[in-house]
Amino acid sequence: MTYSSDAERLLNATHLAEVQGRSLWADARARFLRNKAAMVGTFILFGIAVFAIFGQFVAQHERDMIDFTLIGANMQKGVPSIETGHFFGTDANGRDLFARVVQGTQISLMVGIVGALVAVIVGTLYGAIAGYAGGRTDNIMMRIVDVLMSIPFMFVLILMLVIFGRSIFMLFLGIGLISWLDMARIARGQTLTIKNKEFVEVAHATGVAPFTIILRHIVPNLLGIVIVYATLLVPQMIIFESFISFLGLGVQEPNTSLGALISEGSSNMAYGVMWQLYFPLAFFVLTIFAFFFVGDGLRDALDPKDR
Amino acid sequence: MTEPILSLRDLSVTFDVRPRGAWPWTAPLKLQAVSQMTFDLAPGECLGVVGESGSGKSTLARAIVGTVPSSGGQINFEGADLAAMTPRERRVHRRDVQMIFQDPLAALNPRMTVGDIIAEPLVTHEPGLSRADRKSRVQDMMKRVGLLPNLVNRYPHEFSGGQCQRIGIARALILKPKLLICDEPVSALDVSVQAQVVNLLRELQRDMGLSMIFIAHDLSVVKHISDRIVVMYLGRQMETADARTITTRPEHPYTQALISSVPIPDPVLERKRPRTTLDGELPSPISPPSGCVFRTRCPKAQATCAQALPPMLEVGPGHRVACPYHQAENVLAVSA
Repeated sequence: MTYSSDAERLLNATHLAEVQGRSLWADARARFLRNKAAMVGTFILFGIAVFAIFGQFVAQHERDMIDFTLIGANMQKGVPSIETGHFFGTDANGRDLFARVVQGTQISLMVGIVGALVAVIVGTLYGAIAGYAGGRTDNIMMRIVDVLMSIPFMFVLILMLVIFGRSIFMLFLGIGLISWLDMARIARGQTLTIKNKEFVEVAHATGVAPFTIILRHIVPNLLGIVIVYATLLVPQMIIFESFISFLGLGVQEPNTSLGALISEGSSNMAYGVMWQLYFPLAFFVLTIFAFFFVGDGLRDALDPKDR
Repeated sequence: MTEPILSLRDLSVTFDVRPRGAWPWTAPLKLQAVSQMTFDLAPGECLGVVGESGSGKSTLARAIVGTVPSSGGQINFEGADLAAMTPRERRVHRRDVQMIFQDPLAALNPRMTVGDIIAEPLVTHEPGLSRADRKSRVQDMMKRVGLLPNLVNRYPHEFSGGQCQRIGIARALILKPKLLICDEPVSALDVSVQAQVVNLLRELQRDMGLSMIFIAHDLSVVKHISDRIVVMYLGRQMETADARTITTRPEHPYTQALISSVPIPDPVLERKRPRTTLDGELPSPISPPSGCVFRTRCPKAQATCAQALPPMLEVGPGHRVACPYHQAENVLAVSA
């Protein structure tokens, strides 16, 4: 008898405390933390972000200050060195490359993140609404996406930059316009499978309003795929911006981006100033690789069945 | 007799089916999922609906809760016709009619905690409730359905099937609805858990004065919980009577076949009894047989069956059969 009452008391004690559940997000986080490649990618990304944000306080020179004493002697005096304060050397015009790489990284990261944000917010909602509404609404909304996708955006963007002037705003506008299209399709496809699940029907039967159903039941279940796709979209956007800048249409002097720096560096390769290419290129490649590793890690973590 | 809480009049549900590769402008085929269902449900009564897979039981349930649009007839709930309302008007009435689903885990959003899931109807219909009140009501409800109230922060995948179904029941009952529709609530569960859930439902029904529509393909479960039973075949009502009459003296040949398919746990009795088995498959609801829909598989079918729909005949008090050649057949009582 004492035994059973003790057991009961123990049971009651363990049941008294509110148990914190283990959400699917917590599971995914644990899987992600175990993934070594993804963690290395995360640290690299973190380092690059710190570099982009705080690099300007470390730089010894203004990014747009031309050191006239170096002109013509770049090869000898502009080499990367700690003594002169030009950690990454100077560019063809005698400007500090370290400060310029910091700004280039800033712009590239910003382009990637703005593109991904637009994609996540606009694309996910657009796709979820189209998928949930279904029928004619779905048809019209997705045909609009098809039409927009069939426009060769590189040309349109180049035209826009030529006509309306080259500015960062135009670049962001162009990237925002294209980045959400793929996301809308992915989100819509997923919504179609989720909306037939019974918990959505329960919500509908209970009397939850349609938009609340989308926000409360559909979007959280889409988010896994959306996050993965967004992290893989960031490097795409960075490459996209770099290409535009490489053509000389993107970010304009005295501002710069990694693409513009790489373009400049590659045109000066013949003069033996290889550091002008290597430093921006290294940051570019590292950023993109890190994003891909993190994206892969997130996919494995959020969708364990796919492995 | 008291005023029925729910009365269906000729309720029909049709789905448009577009054949593969058809032009967009060709008229879609009509699939008759539910045709001319008519029955009344008294307050506090439990009505069982049985029939094989594809007989339109679930569609009937969905039409009553309003997740599937009805295409004809009336759904009178406390005197108001739900079928004629706009979606916005109807949303207000949804708090009185709640539903429990077949797959307990699929009916719970995997990204929400159990507390949030159970509280969702409260958040929707009583948005003014304070957080603390809401939590205490959720925990009361959890206790009532036999869940430990300290599990509010857990996620659905951490529960067993029977517990998930209890969560579904708690969610359905937290608003104290007047009508509860159970769509095969136990068929995905273990037999021992089935009994617990059915007993829980029966207890809650009695305590809260619920009216219930209980759908199942398993007659022995339905008989255990229902006062009255409706037998459906291909979207049509075949026979209606109180649970005892249906299980002991069925009149319709389809009901007789259904009952003879329920095994009796006593092997001696089981071997001795005559069995009527049905051959073939359920006909396509896109092109149902003319006349009586059951005639293609009916052991008693005659030439006249193909000509016209058989009328519902009153053969006893509250006992109606859609077969002119009905004949009472004493069967061994279905095990409870």
